[in-house]
Amino acid sequence: MSGPSILLLHEVTVSFDGFRALNELSLDIEEGELRCIIGPNGAGKTTMMDVITGKTRADRGKVMFDQNIDVRRMSEPEIAHLGIGRKFQKPTIFENLTVFENLELSMKTDKRARVSLFAWLDDSALDKISDTLRLIRLDTEADRQAGLLSHGQKQWLEIGMLLMQDPKLLLLDEPVAGMTDDETARTGELFKSLAGKHSLVVVEHDMAFIEQLGGKVTVLHEGSVLAEGDLATVQNDQRVIEVYLGR
Amino acid sequence: MKRTPFIVRFFGATPKQGWIAIAIAAAITLVLLPALHLLVPPGSPFHVSAYVITLVGKIMCYAIVAVAMDLIWGYTGILSLGHGLFFALGGYAFGMYLMRQIGRDGSYKSDLPDFMVFLDWKQLPWYWTGSDSFLWVLFLVLTVPALVALIFGFFAFRSRIKGVYFSIITQAMVFAAMLFFFRNETGFGGNNGFTDFKRILGYSITAPETRVALFALTALMLLATLVLGRYLVTSKLGRVLAAIRDAESRVMFIGYNPLHYKLFIWTLSAMLCGIAGALYVPQVGIINPGEMSPANSIEIAIWVAVGGRATLIGPVIGAFIVNLAKSFFTMAFPEYWLFFLGALFVGVTLWLPDGVVGLWRKLREKRAQGVAK
Repeated sequence: MSGPSILLLHEVTVSFDGFRALNELSLDIEEGELRCIIGPNGAGKTTMMDVITGKTRADRGKVMFDQNIDVRRMSEPEIAHLGIGRKFQKPTIFENLTVFENLELSMKTDKRARVSLFAWLDDSALDKISDTLRLIRLDTEADRQAGLLSHGQKQWLEIGMLLMQDPKLLLLDEPVAGMTDDETARTGELFKSLAGKHSLVVVEHDMAFIEQLGGKVTVLHEGSVLAEGDLATVQNDQRVIEVYLGR
Repeated sequence: MKRTPFIVRFFGATPKQGWIAIAIAAAITLVLLPALHLLVPPGSPFHVSAYVITLVGKIMCYAIVAVAMDLIWGYTGILSLGHGLFFALGGYAFGMYLMRQIGRDGSYKSDLPDFMVFLDWKQLPWYWTGSDSFLWVLFLVLTVPALVALIFGFFAFRSRIKGVYFSIITQAMVFAAMLFFFRNETGFGGNNGFTDFKRILGYSITAPETRVALFALTALMLLATLVLGRYLVTSKLGRVLAAIRDAESRVMFIGYNPLHYKLFIWTLSAMLCGIAGALYVPQVGIINPGEMSPANSIEIAIWVAVGGRATLIGPVIGAFIVNLAKSFFTMAFPEYWLFFLGALFVGVTLWLPDGVVGLWRKLREKRAQGVAK
């Protein structure tokens, strides 16, 4: 372990009606790391994200953010304020608002209702929105209704919404699903440029994309870690081959 | 990077014709109708009768409720089928004051309201304390519906009850309240409710001047509700509400607590309904538990759907269309009114998903395209 830990899961267990979605899962993400997580369907990838972001409660185990913050008892908005951003599998944006407004609402700021009632945007906020618009290549679409964007653009918008929150840790659930090869490659470049400043956890099935990202790969199977290491090591691991190919 | 200024977005949301229409409607309700009622003698063909003043005044109260409903349903996506409760609570609160204003002029010549004498009660129940004070009752009108909404909303929204489940629970709530108010022991006149009002602030309630004052006050309140509604939906809070309607989980994961936002708009909506109820009772001269019948609350949703959801002005138009049709039908063919209402709702859902305002917008777009060609 070289850097300090940004996210530590220690023996986390979650059961739904007797089914163990997570089974004593332990995971350690370093600050600034770009980690990929793979695993067959039902391995517990999405449940893991649910536990980290407060949507699902862990039955047992520890979930520590930034070394000493226990997030297990916190609500979704509280966890978001700590600096954990989450992208869903299906792009989840505000379809009836414009691209600009989607980013505006996501911005890191006081998000209490009574503040929103009288909130207005200052110059630095506008600058930040226009920077993000350029980064996600939607600067010409700022006033377009978000629901009218292409699938790939919606994915980018959602990534942009995460970045507006200035998160320390980004959880990305299948971020390139439904993107063209070109868009996928550009997304890979973006993630690589974000690593270091932010920590990223990417759940993906697309092996070419994972190869492009580099970084450490964790294989989940039946709710716990099966293997961990760089992509080549993991791909040659006998147990991983068995899980993916079946016996 | 430039953002359209708030004031431009505020006024720009309604097209020029819309503002002209609002100005004309304000002139008619604030000046023309009152003048024609008060100044033109009854025999003249230009005289506006008390019936018309009461009818339009009543519909304007409904229109306030419709706008309040639009804020919670159209803009936030929460369909309440119990808004009649908040309207009735405001009405009952103000009705208490009107009952006390009768004084000893009731049938039993007693200090107590007639229905209490009839029940052989010797004194006012504790919750009638202060009901002879106009200011205290005004306070009740503002706080009782809001408090009921706040408590109900807190538990419903905290448990993340959504969609049809929420609608059904609100319907059950209004039904339970109706049964409660039907009981004589509740102390609100049982199934007869409150009626036979004589005075308001010492003025005769049937005097044309009083009637016109209430009428104009209602028109002003409707206007204020529209302005407040437009401010809310143009503010950042309004965009968060729209975001909750589109993708509530996303709202939570970017750090907003939807509970607070929903509670705010829900309680405010209930408060507006309460005010509308308080304006309604002195104008129509009666309040009874019938106002809490489930069908009444469903009708509110129909006004909004007919006019056009998430348009603010649409619900006002919807309230007028449906209620004018109702007045016509219940006089001409009373037995067909509910069939007509049902057909209207089905028709609007099938052919006019965005209501009358949506239709108007579509026609305008078509015309603009025609001009462009």
